[in-house]
Amino acid sequence: MSFFATIGRAVLSLLATIGGLAIFTARSLAALVSPPIYGRLIGQQMMRVGYFSLPVVGLTAFFTGGALALQIYLGGNRYGAEAIVPQIVVLGITRELGPVIAGLMVAGRVSAAIAAEIGTMKVTEQIDALTTLATNPVKYLVVPRLLAAVISMPILVAVADSIGVFGGYVVATESLGFTGSIYLKNTVDFATHQDVASGLIKAAVFGFIIALMGCYNGFNSKGGAQGVGTATTNAVVSSSILILAANYLLTSILFTR
Amino acid sequence: MTTFKIELIGVKKRFGPKVVLDGVDLSIEKQSSTVIIGGSGTGKSVALKCILGILTPDEGTIKIDGEDVTRLKGAARDAVMKKFGMLFQGGALFDSLPVWENVAFGLIQGRGMARRRARDVAIEKLAKVGLTADVGELYPVELSGGMQKRVGLARAIAADPEIIFFDEPTTGLDPIMSDIINDLIVSTVKDVGATALSITHDMVSARKISDRIAMLYGGRIIWQGPTAEIDRSGNDYVDQFIHGRATGPIKMAVKA
Repeated sequence: MSFFATIGRAVLSLLATIGGLAIFTARSLAALVSPPIYGRLIGQQMMRVGYFSLPVVGLTAFFTGGALALQIYLGGNRYGAEAIVPQIVVLGITRELGPVIAGLMVAGRVSAAIAAEIGTMKVTEQIDALTTLATNPVKYLVVPRLLAAVISMPILVAVADSIGVFGGYVVATESLGFTGSIYLKNTVDFATHQDVASGLIKAAVFGFIIALMGCYNGFNSKGGAQGVGTATTNAVVSSSILILAANYLLTSILFTR
Repeated sequence: MTTFKIELIGVKKRFGPKVVLDGVDLSIEKQSSTVIIGGSGTGKSVALKCILGILTPDEGTIKIDGEDVTRLKGAARDAVMKKFGMLFQGGALFDSLPVWENVAFGLIQGRGMARRRARDVAIEKLAKVGLTADVGELYPVELSGGMQKRVGLARAIAADPEIIFFDEPTTGLDPIMSDIINDLIVSTVKDVGATALSITHDMVSARKISDRIAMLYGGRIIWQGPTAEIDRSGNDYVDQFIHGRATGPIKMAVKA
């Protein structure tokens, strides 16, 4: 009996979570399109999501671009196709690695911070206090974070794309014997608008996921410090998984036509 | 027939199998000060959150000024919320905002008042609870417990609410600070002309700030009456509670 009860409980709790998340998303989207819009808060959040994520995203993009160049060179070497490095680097960075790496780094940084902040507000009754001050907590806390993440992430990824390509350029010209001008020409000639645009669309979706999972887990945190810790962990884990799943889904939608 | 400021009729609320409120009936007159007493975990906070609309009761009706607000949502709920002010147990001050902005929050966000004007109102309200303007520049974490309560009180009265809720206003304060806060509550409520509803298990505080007391036990109001009559209630439960005896008809659930 207890075997089935365990399975049943797990299924019920999963369904409850999916339902809860769906309702939370619907409420957030409804709040998104109705006034008031807190411009000052959106600005603050964009600084936190976008600007302060630049160093960590830039560094990871640089090293990823470098490693990618090295791998393609070594792999291409087996077929005598080393010259393909600039083309594959720009393709890989703009279509996949730029948005995914930036998404995962920001998920770790921002999703966790949002969950911890909102979770602490929840357990110290600050969210109830918002309600008693005639302020809708979803509108005041969730909407600015969602908008800020959806706007900032594409900008962040555009920068990450450039730095990633630059990382590949540095490795290719410094240690793989490429000529700088030819590397750049090959990069620019090969990359299409669609390559870059698809990555930026992904970035916006990832931004939505990051803010949503941070807010959802924060709002649903229970208990004291431990509950906030759990919420933070869940926010990072769930947003990372959803980013990777969404990445596959978006790739299949954007490129198989 | 008089309309009561707040009316609870047969309010029931359960969480899973645990019945917390089992038909609460309570009527509160305009500009009166009522205190709900009861042990920890008897549902005082749940009752308060039902009136505030943070929780929705499973059954029963809650009326504010004769209007049924039990299941109000959206803009209609917001309109009712503007009648309320609340002092939370832990203060629940927004730690990302300076003190003055905490006090002015309901004015700026809820009522769309210009920041400069709201700031003046905030400083005026801070003065009412005995805090100077320079405290307004500090952040909540820089304040002592007593000062946080004062700021919470200033925030609760900032928008001149018709109804003010006090959730355990003296918990965590020393006896002298408790007395100061109690005095402040009495004077500010009178000053604003508001109806007050408090929940506490501190009998000293309850006697001082209320003119009526209601006792919540087993999910129901088992006794209510004027504060002066609490010592002659003739109710064993009430007697045990107000004298703080370990033995009596009330059995404390040790397990949560």
